[in-house]
Amino acid sequence: MELGGVIAYIVSLVIMASIYAVFCLGLNIQWGYTGLFNIGIAGFFCIGAYTSAMVTMPMPGGVLAKYVHQLFGLNLPFVFGLLGAALVCGLVALIIGVPTLRLNEDYLAIATLGIAETFRLIFNNERWLANGPQGLMGLPQPLHKLIGERHYDFVYLGIVLAVMLLIYLLIERGIRSPWGRVLRAIREDEISAAASGKNVFRFKMQSLVFGSMVMGVGGALYAHYTKAISPDVFTPLYGTFIIWVMLMAGGSGNNKGAILGAYAIWGIWIGSDFLMDMLPAVIRDKGPYLRFLVVGVLLEVILVYRPQGILGEEKKVSKLMDS
Amino acid sequence: MVELVVYGVVLGSVIALGAIGITLVYGIVRLANFAHGEFMTAGAYLALLVVTVVLPWLGVPDGTFGPLSFGVRMLVAFPLCMGVVAGMAVLIDRLLYRKLRLKNSGPVILAMASLGISFIIRMLILIIWGADYRFYRPGVLRPAMDLPLGIKIRPDQVFIIATVLVLVVLLHLFLQKTRMGKAMRATADNTELALISGIDTEAIVMWTWGIGGGLAAAAGILYGIDVQLHPGMGWNFLIPLFAAAILGGIGNMYGALVGGLVIGIAEQVSTAWLTPTYKLAVAFMIMILILFVRPQGIFGERSR
Repeated sequence: MELGGVIAYIVSLVIMASIYAVFCLGLNIQWGYTGLFNIGIAGFFCIGAYTSAMVTMPMPGGVLAKYVHQLFGLNLPFVFGLLGAALVCGLVALIIGVPTLRLNEDYLAIATLGIAETFRLIFNNERWLANGPQGLMGLPQPLHKLIGERHYDFVYLGIVLAVMLLIYLLIERGIRSPWGRVLRAIREDEISAAASGKNVFRFKMQSLVFGSMVMGVGGALYAHYTKAISPDVFTPLYGTFIIWVMLMAGGSGNNKGAILGAYAIWGIWIGSDFLMDMLPAVIRDKGPYLRFLVVGVLLEVILVYRPQGILGEEKKVSKLMDS
Repeated sequence: MVELVVYGVVLGSVIALGAIGITLVYGIVRLANFAHGEFMTAGAYLALLVVTVVLPWLGVPDGTFGPLSFGVRMLVAFPLCMGVVAGMAVLIDRLLYRKLRLKNSGPVILAMASLGISFIIRMLILIIWGADYRFYRPGVLRPAMDLPLGIKIRPDQVFIIATVLVLVVLLHLFLQKTRMGKAMRATADNTELALISGIDTEAIVMWTWGIGGGLAAAAGILYGIDVQLHPGMGWNFLIPLFAAAILGGIGNMYGALVGGLVIGIAEQVSTAWLTPTYKLAVAFMIMILILFVRPQGIFGERSR
């Protein structure tokens, strides 16, 4: 591969890692700071991606209308796609939160898992909604006219990094505020937080909704990068499990850790792909399964031997106070 | 319609076997076991291995029992694989969950570990058997019997219901009559009190995993006999299993049995109006409804 190809490859790798970092940041709000167990990230991934697609795409016209069905097509700019994705994901989180957040942590997990599977089924079966299993293609990309197709990835990398940084700063700010301290208090001990006069249910709900909105933005960023989405992308493996491993590896309760985990695990993931090429063909066919097997074992090792992850939680709780 | 209800009972009895394991493990080990579906898949595929590779190699002949679609080999494989998966469940507890318990990792960390185990088992199955659909006996005609009211049912399905019935009665006798069974129920009711009363909770945890794993394997094999085998089959059962366990009240074995039947019947009857792929969504909707109306389940009394 010549140098240009290598650079292009690295850029695409960093874009995907950064998109995963956005998911990790969203999950970090829920799990890292509040202790909410969301194992339906793929659901918010899916909803975010589809919402942004339909907000930014026009309604199919002419001959295309015969073959492509979608509920709506607003033809709005990219920014509205991101906002729409966040909004819809926030609403879905609100609906799941109402019955589950008053109960044991595990109920939220089961409910989010159910939402993820249900939405995948709905998008697969209902052609009128978003073209069924074929999915949507030809999503618009922001600032695409400014620069040619050849170097567009550099522009998109800039956009993804900017969004990631913005979300990072937003969460850092929130988490160092009194609001963030209540979230951590709830995570550590719900009953004493309630005894201190905090409405535990409301704070949990805010955390769930905020985190899910961030995940929705991640889904939108993904959709406009690949330009084509279909329901089979949002599987529990790529959409939920790997994100959990990233956060646990990087360090839950630490936003830098969330980003680091995403880059590290995605790097290992892509790197192991090259390793697979060196193996004999019999094993190579099983490549994807083997890699997920290794990632699964990695998660167990982290849980048993280093549950705090690489970075661990920062002790600093307020910008006004030295740790 | 009546026919759909009957098919619902078949599916429901399979769900019930799995849900009983979920509810016992949740009630006694305090773990939401997200790998329970994969215990089912593991049982089904181990039985495939025994039926199609091990027993033919040992020279065990295979016929069919009258109208049933399987023979001696399956009859050997069934209890064997229940035992193997039971042992596997106990082993995973020793190697992983027990370590986490001793480190005082919270219940969510344990649940996450079980999610990891579920993916590990599924990947192992995909590596060994591949992603295709499998059958215990491909190409065997499985004619249906005609019952009154125009119900068609395959002899295999009658066998499934009967087997589940036998297993549930055995479990009932175990929980009511034996010392270990009574200790298990006591632990499910109140762990601290059980500890004070001198009950060895580690032994109980092992028994719980063994029973849960064995029943899950049975459920997986029965589903394999009724429909087919697929690496994702157990994962797709996870939502119905939890729905059944929650519906019946967590920790309540009899509740899980009723819950399983209700979910199974609801899933099958829904196919009168909905695409069959939505079965899972139907189970999920019932679960959400229960969480809204009566989160402790139909038979649950414990309040939080």
